[in-house]
Amino acid sequence: MNAFTRRADRALDDRLLKVAVERTAGTAEVKRAAAVAAFDDFEQARDRAAAIKDHVVAHLGHYLEQFEANATAAGAKVHWARTADEACRIVVALCKAAGAKSVARSKSMLGEEIGLPHALAEAGIARVETDLAEHIIQLADERPSHIIWPAMHKTREQVSALFRARHRQPHVEDSIPAMAESARRQLRGAMLGADVGISGANFLIADTGGVCTVTNEGNAELSLVPPRIHIVTAGIEKIVPSMPHAVHMLRMLTRSATGAALTQYTTFYTGPRRQGDRDGPEEMHIVLVDNGRTTMREEGLAEMLRCIRCGACMNHCVVFRQIGGHAYGGTYPGPMGAVLTPVLDGLAASRDLASACTLNGKCQEVCPVRIPLPTLLRGWRERSWREGLEPTTMRAGIGIWAWVAARPRLYRLASGFAVKALRFVADRGWIARLPLAGGWTRHRDLPGPARATFMQQYAARQRKGGSR
Amino acid sequence: MTETPSVALFVTCLVDAMRPQIGFAALHALEAAGCTVVVPPEQTCCGQPALNSGDRARAVLLAQRTIAMLEGYDYVVIPSGSCAGTIRCHYPEILADDPAWLARAEAVAARTWEVMAFLDEVRGWRPDGVTLNASATYHDSCSGLRELGIKAQPRRLLAAVGGLTLKPLAGAETCCGFGGTFCVKYPAISNAIVGEKAQAIDASGAQLLLAGDLGCLMNMAGKLHRMGSPVRAYHAIELIAGMGDEPAIGEDA
Repeated sequence: MNAFTRRADRALDDRLLKVAVERTAGTAEVKRAAAVAAFDDFEQARDRAAAIKDHVVAHLGHYLEQFEANATAAGAKVHWARTADEACRIVVALCKAAGAKSVARSKSMLGEEIGLPHALAEAGIARVETDLAEHIIQLADERPSHIIWPAMHKTREQVSALFRARHRQPHVEDSIPAMAESARRQLRGAMLGADVGISGANFLIADTGGVCTVTNEGNAELSLVPPRIHIVTAGIEKIVPSMPHAVHMLRMLTRSATGAALTQYTTFYTGPRRQGDRDGPEEMHIVLVDNGRTTMREEGLAEMLRCIRCGACMNHCVVFRQIGGHAYGGTYPGPMGAVLTPVLDGLAASRDLASACTLNGKCQEVCPVRIPLPTLLRGWRERSWREGLEPTTMRAGIGIWAWVAARPRLYRLASGFAVKALRFVADRGWIARLPLAGGWTRHRDLPGPARATFMQQYAARQRKGGSR
Repeated sequence: MTETPSVALFVTCLVDAMRPQIGFAALHALEAAGCTVVVPPEQTCCGQPALNSGDRARAVLLAQRTIAMLEGYDYVVIPSGSCAGTIRCHYPEILADDPAWLARAEAVAARTWEVMAFLDEVRGWRPDGVTLNASATYHDSCSGLRELGIKAQPRRLLAAVGGLTLKPLAGAETCCGFGGTFCVKYPAISNAIVGEKAQAIDASGAQLLLAGDLGCLMNMAGKLHRMGSPVRAYHAIELIAGMGDEPAIGEDA
């Protein structure tokens, strides 16, 4: 049994995990459906969103240069990072140069992708996660299990117990508002007292040099405006040409993620504090991270760069709904994670992800930017096959079966024999246990076959004359 | 188009081995709908297991032999959305690098239909004088639903079966967890998915479970049987062809 299967089995045994995932993903599914139904021609809006991203990805260099020029003109400093390590080194160096003791971080999956929490800890810089769910994750010393709701795997009852154990002044009454208040007491001081605020970006706007974040808690604003320095880490695919494009993508993002028309807070940060501004950081740094993205564009995964990290694919995935996010083993879970993780962590360590998918196509159906996720997952399966990563039994099985399937007479003989053998082990039509098919019969019965194959019966009928 | 089109019936490897009466039901309905049906004797499997396992080279070989076998007919009709989807959507994809084969793949793809979609959309046919006093619920198998847009066609045909009432199925468009080799590669995950599906089917209150793909049907029927549910499973074409009074999936013939 490999690492993925072990993690999946552990997840399947965790009944609370199932409860937690169903509560959040189930609600998201219902709300998204309502939001899409209320939208005037969502299908056309998806086409437009996909076209915007494809255009940007095809002209990435142009828009990144434009973004750099405009962000610089607004007073921000743009840094370029080819790898995760390079990005972390830049951020840590900026923090150290500022003499920062503590940073307030607003949730960013890119930050998780590049291992920023770990890099900050290694540099001895205290990190306060200010997103409520990231705060829960930090208290529990875990990793996010979903890209929108990092603490999706925890029930509110588990969170309540965690807050009681770890907060200075925890809630008394067991209600969500009381728990939120407890987190607010814990976090507000840390946000206001941080030396540096670090965020990701939902969008980078090329023609203004601005950075957009969306949150429902306002934690980004509180983490990024009061500190002296604001550092943004963003993947280079986050770029959009202009504000109208950003707004279109925003409409797709919020509806696809939570079913909301808009998040509570949508903020565009364009440069540091200007003369006459009442607040804002003294310095703004934007670290643009490649970390495999230009390679993706060259290696047949350009469509994946459309992804706006809404999480709809995982919310609607039958596999994710059963095993949750941690079982995937990478930064990004679900269908989009199954496509991205081999890029980030290598295919050898993650080949199961593309296979642990029924190819039912639901993820593609709900993707706001029409990423052909099943096709991309098939691509990883093909590469895994080519590179010899698939198990020997599967390779041999497919090989023998395909050889026989190309020889109809032999195939007729083999299928006729298999049918007889299956009938031999069937009991009143059903097979409850079958050697080599334990994967099936451990959990369900196998209906036994008829007395003869279709082709045998059809040939017999033809000999008698008439087709029936 | 001729009045009595020639139709190649590709029964699929699973129907051939596990439930021949689906093939005979398709044959019967196609003939009733005025088609001249031929069963190409060279048929085996469309190659989907190789395709979905990542074995592109073998998938291409099986696609080429299947295309060559199916070229001479007005239509190719298949009692499976999944296998029809492989020919319609994936053959042209995997042969895209070879212009000659691509043209042949596209020509066959354009004439390939899932049986219920064909009867409904191409032939405008309805079952005539077919009666079955029963309640049934319908699961929309994923490939048929999302690759071929099969949703209303089976329901229109089933509505013409006298005495049959269709009950809604919660999550009818949610995958049953079969996924071809997925169900044996990741049995525990597959089991969790089909377990929920079987509960929803059981809760529908219907006597019969219907769908358009034998793989999904075997998965759901096998789980229902293991659970001890009384729900019996048929391919929808069996009812449409008036064979709904024969033994259900797993009931010994």
